[in-house]
Amino acid sequence: MATLTYRQALNEALNEELERDSSVFLIGEEVGEYEGAFKVSQGLLKKYGSGRIIDTPISEGGFVGLAVGAAMYGLRPIVEFMNWSFALVAFDQIINNAGAIRFMSGGQFSLPIVFRGPSGGGTQIGATHSHSLESWIANVPTFTVINPAFPADAKGLLKSAIRSNNPVCFFEGERLYGINGEVPEENDFLVPIGKAHIIMEGKDVTVVSSGYSTHVVLKATEELSKENISVELIDLRTIKPYDFDLLAASLKKTNRLVIVEEGKPFAGWGAQIAYDVQRLLFDELDAPIYRVSNLDIPNPYNGPLEQEVLPNPRRVIKAVHEVLG
Amino acid sequence: MVEVNRSPSATLLDEEVTKSGLFELSPEIRLDLYKKMVLIRRFEEKSAQSFMQAKIKGFCHLYIGQEALAVGVCSSLKATDVVITSYRDHGIALARGVPPKNCMAELYGKATGTSKGMGGSMHLFDKERRFYGGHAIVAAHCPLAAGIAFAQKYRKEKNITLCLLGDGAVNQGVFHETLNLVSLWKLPVVFIIENNEYAMGTEIHRSTAGLPLVKKSAAYDMAGMVTDGMDVEEVRAKVLEAVNLARNENCPVLIEARTYRFRGHSMSDPDTYRTKEEIAEAKKRDPLFLYSQKLQEQGILTADLVTRIDKEIKRIIQEAVQFAESSPEPDLSLAREICFANEDQIEPVERPFYGYYN
Repeated sequence: MATLTYRQALNEALNEELERDSSVFLIGEEVGEYEGAFKVSQGLLKKYGSGRIIDTPISEGGFVGLAVGAAMYGLRPIVEFMNWSFALVAFDQIINNAGAIRFMSGGQFSLPIVFRGPSGGGTQIGATHSHSLESWIANVPTFTVINPAFPADAKGLLKSAIRSNNPVCFFEGERLYGINGEVPEENDFLVPIGKAHIIMEGKDVTVVSSGYSTHVVLKATEELSKENISVELIDLRTIKPYDFDLLAASLKKTNRLVIVEEGKPFAGWGAQIAYDVQRLLFDELDAPIYRVSNLDIPNPYNGPLEQEVLPNPRRVIKAVHEVLG
Repeated sequence: MVEVNRSPSATLLDEEVTKSGLFELSPEIRLDLYKKMVLIRRFEEKSAQSFMQAKIKGFCHLYIGQEALAVGVCSSLKATDVVITSYRDHGIALARGVPPKNCMAELYGKATGTSKGMGGSMHLFDKERRFYGGHAIVAAHCPLAAGIAFAQKYRKEKNITLCLLGDGAVNQGVFHETLNLVSLWKLPVVFIIENNEYAMGTEIHRSTAGLPLVKKSAAYDMAGMVTDGMDVEEVRAKVLEAVNLARNENCPVLIEARTYRFRGHSMSDPDTYRTKEEIAEAKKRDPLFLYSQKLQEQGILTADLVTRIDKEIKRIIQEAVQFAESSPEPDLSLAREICFANEDQIEPVERPFYGYYN
């Protein structure tokens, strides 16, 4: 095992896949000369040259569409958004083109493309720069949605995403780039898409989360363990398709569920999970499901207020108390 | 028997492209251009009829009046080049050699259609013939064309991409972003604005500043050309010149082709924004009529041959309609199946079907 930061783990994934497959290229604002706004692409321009690490103008509609066209022609583009919020400028290209062309062509054109970049709030960058668009994308039928919480998963899942022939949206927690974690050194370390993992075993309540929220829950469990509340924490890793089976197995043990999701509450992915669980596992539930998400207002700039709007340990603890009665 | 689909000009051989003699069209090629135009005209007339009978649903944007463009453009390309266009796509697909029966079946929404009935009139695709689609969001396919050209250059191929768009598309931001990128990165792509003077019901002087449209190329330091879109041979000559620039110099080109559509924007358009006089005036430039006259004057076409070609093409269209009408409807399992590629380089994931709980 090597200890890497989340950004280093992503960088290793990019490096290994660029090396493995010459049809893979990285495109986005400041990915080359500047080595990435968050330094995820550090050193790649030097190694692979400007033919494969491609700096673009500030022109999301243009370069995203270009990457989609290149994917139709069989290349494997990785599109970096400097911030996922800027992807909104290119949503037509992402949804109407990357999301629909394979289907509308009767399956003739695959879209082996990865859209990735920093996502989420908590760094006081205001409403326009701190969206969590996972649920927006999950609402588009053909996308795989990934949101890793730890460096090892970030690396293994990004490599899997690049090798997928379907469009993938890969959300990196902006607050996670600097965290450290152990990453296996084995050759070609992959994490499968669609599989969650249990971060912490417990018997009283299942808490399911992804990305930065998993760290919020971990913080909350420090308090909860002092109250002798035993939490089983499931980190989804892949939001769509999500690992229903692992969740079901856990619920059979705990019979109580809290969902912690960064994103606006109405019709978020947590609502889908809550629906599925009540529909298919109603008999396993000893209490109504409780869901923690952002409050339904744009993210404020003010620091303490923003923390209040986002899922935070205090709100997670409250949710756990609620389902335990 | 007239061979429409396997014609000599449908695809050019390398030596043909390099030969300057291409500009001097043989009678055989001229006759083929004519036949292709007739095919599109009759296909569209039949589509209109089927739409009126409610056999074709949704939208149906006819190409009548613009046939010289599709045929002139597609006859200037190699089989390995890529063509991409917007929602008025039947004519381009046919000119590219997509079989009429599969096009018709797609308009009927059948499983045998070019997109298995999932695309419809605005979304015809044929990967094998390098026809990268009909795209229905105005200008959204422009950056796709840039991306295909990017991939062609990335792979060091000598192929080019040809992208058709309407005059309404030039006012979308993504069109300008695309021109900036292709010029900046010297991508082998030719854009052809089919300027039929109307963006749906809005006449071009009410929608677009900075006319003529060809001037848009100057802003991005691109080669720009204007062509008479009603003259198939002129279109062919201009496009060939542009294609050679793109292919040999990696130099993107913008062509403004002046044309006119003789029908409304779509079948649901009552066409009240144009006067009868204006349309009648435009019809004097009917590309099919003009070309037929020209070829008859040159002795390439005779009245008898005109009748024979028409008859043969009507037979092809009739067969296409019969094929479409007798083809099966696509089912839900087919629709589900085509959603995802399963040739992933990793273990493919199982995907539940949301909305269906048994």
